[in-house]
Amino acid sequence: MLKISNIETLYGKVYALRGVSMEVSQGQVVAILGPNGAGKTTLLKTVMGLIEDQPDKGTVEFLGRRIDRMEVEDIVRMGISCVPEGRDLFEELTVRENLLMGGYPRRDSNGVAQDIERVYTLFPVLKQRQRQWAGTLSGGEQQMVAIGRALMARPKMLFLDEPSLGLAPVMVRKIFQVIREIRDSGVTILLVEQNARMALNVADYAFVLENGRFVLEGTPSRLMQDEDVREFYLGIKSEVSVKGYQRYKRKKRWR
Amino acid sequence: MLWQIVIGGIAVGSAYALIALAMVIIYKTSEVLNFAQGDMACLSTYVTFMLLHGYGFPFWVSLPLTLLFAFVLGACCEFLFLRRAKDPTVLGLIIMTLSLEMILFGLLSWKWGSDQRELPFPITSYDTFTIGSFYVSRLEVLTFVVALVMMALLFLFFRYTKTGIAIKATQLNRDSARLMGIRTNRILMGTWGLSSVVGAVAALLIAPASTLDPYMMWDPLLKGFSSAVLGGMTSLPGAAAGGYIVGIVENLFGTYVSIEFKSAVAFAIIVLILCIKPSGLLARHYVKKV
Ligand SMILES: Nc1ncnc2c1ncn2[C@@H]1O[C@H](COP(=O)(O)OP(=O)(O)O)[C@@H](O)[C@H]1O
Ligand SMILES: [Mg+2]
Repeated sequence: MLKISNIETLYGKVYALRGVSMEVSQGQVVAILGPNGAGKTTLLKTVMGLIEDQPDKGTVEFLGRRIDRMEVEDIVRMGISCVPEGRDLFEELTVRENLLMGGYPRRDSNGVAQDIERVYTLFPVLKQRQRQWAGTLSGGEQQMVAIGRALMARPKMLFLDEPSLGLAPVMVRKIFQVIREIRDSGVTILLVEQNARMALNVADYAFVLENGRFVLEGTPSRLMQDEDVREFYLGIKSEVSVKGYQRYKRKKRWR
Repeated sequence: MLWQIVIGGIAVGSAYALIALAMVIIYKTSEVLNFAQGDMACLSTYVTFMLLHGYGFPFWVSLPLTLLFAFVLGACCEFLFLRRAKDPTVLGLIIMTLSLEMILFGLLSWKWGSDQRELPFPITSYDTFTIGSFYVSRLEVLTFVVALVMMALLFLFFRYTKTGIAIKATQLNRDSARLMGIRTNRILMGTWGLSSVVGAVAALLIAPASTLDPYMMWDPLLKGFSSAVLGGMTSLPGAAAGGYIVGIVENLFGTYVSIEFKSAVAFAIIVLILCIKPSGLLARHYVKKV
């Protein structure tokens, strides 16, 4: 469905992505893990066309069509919606207006109104907040608006950039439950997360991004076996004596 | 006497309010002070003049044609001119609107010269009547009513139409708006068009009270600008209120203090506001939670 081939993205003269390739098939949930500054957000933004004149090299295909260097608006209208990092709501628009904007390209205003109600059944608290400015909501509620807003376009594919960032554990569970529901409704999902445990739980396939490159990929069960993933992403410590050897191995494999 | 002056202030203030609204509409989307606003409006008024005087169209044909022209003019200014700047600085943008202003002024002077003309407007400022013990001219009443109607229309537009909300969304977060599939470039063009229409309406109300020449809008533009600053530059109700305040204050000042410095009042207001409350009197911006 989405095919990224060897893309390189630069900020000025600094490389943020150095040759990234991946494929996401219809109906999958694919997770991207990686530490801060690895380039996860940059990858999503590059695919969405949000970084001007980028990718510098490489191609992106969606539904068999080249979308690299296309306008953001056209990519969105082809069926990719994005829940950006930090949510990026229209803070001085009401919750309802935010959702309305999510369905902006749609011509069926009745369908849009119905879908707003559908978002309210997914997140009942938003119905009570619908006339409030989105910026006045709590972090968790804002994340709900951001997800609801992205769904309003009825996307074929959904990008989620660290949806659990800064949320309380209860809210994180709620968000991941919703992610499952979205997947079950047939939307393909590309999920960027630092919460590796939750992400690997929901994903069908996962990549680990470091310094602008994929250093590891595989099914969640395989990644969970990996010593480095266990230590650095899941926080499961191995014995001290083995660790030195692993560091060595890690270097050899990843550089 | 006092109330008579206040009434006059409200009438001119209505026109200032419209100019202030026009400036704020652009400022909120493009983050630029559009100093060409006055000359854009002036050019539109000349188009009315041409249609009425030159081609002999009736007023009710000329008016919609003028507003259409104003919209296209505004959209073109954005598309042909401002859009061309890549990542401009605030100063760069101001220079751009100033040069746009000079181009338009040059165009006006070249095409129509600096002759003063009368706009054959159906209503004049000499046409007065009394309400109670106050004298008002029909033009003043018209200005007041038209301004109110424009404000109501703008309010409804930004509150209830999808396009109006999309303009606000674009103003709040351009990248997010694009992620919603909103073609923000078109929105920007449209906003300039809308702003230009509002400015043209103001100029059409100002023209019959003064004379039509290329300088006609200079003074009102500065008053409109100070009204917008008074309202905090980003608030439409603030800009409207600012217009009335500037109109009333300058009329009072002109009568009781000094007629020569009447026009300086607007600047005094700008300076005062920038010193006391730079966010403007009515700025209703909510503070971002960290
Ligand atoms: N707008 C930008 N301009 C310049 N450098 C940037 C910009 N955004 C991100 N970077 C840099 O690109 C790298 C990747 O950032 P990012 O994609 O945000 O990482 P992640 O989302 O994985 O935390 C970082 O080194 C960051 O400093
Ligand atoms: Mg990020």
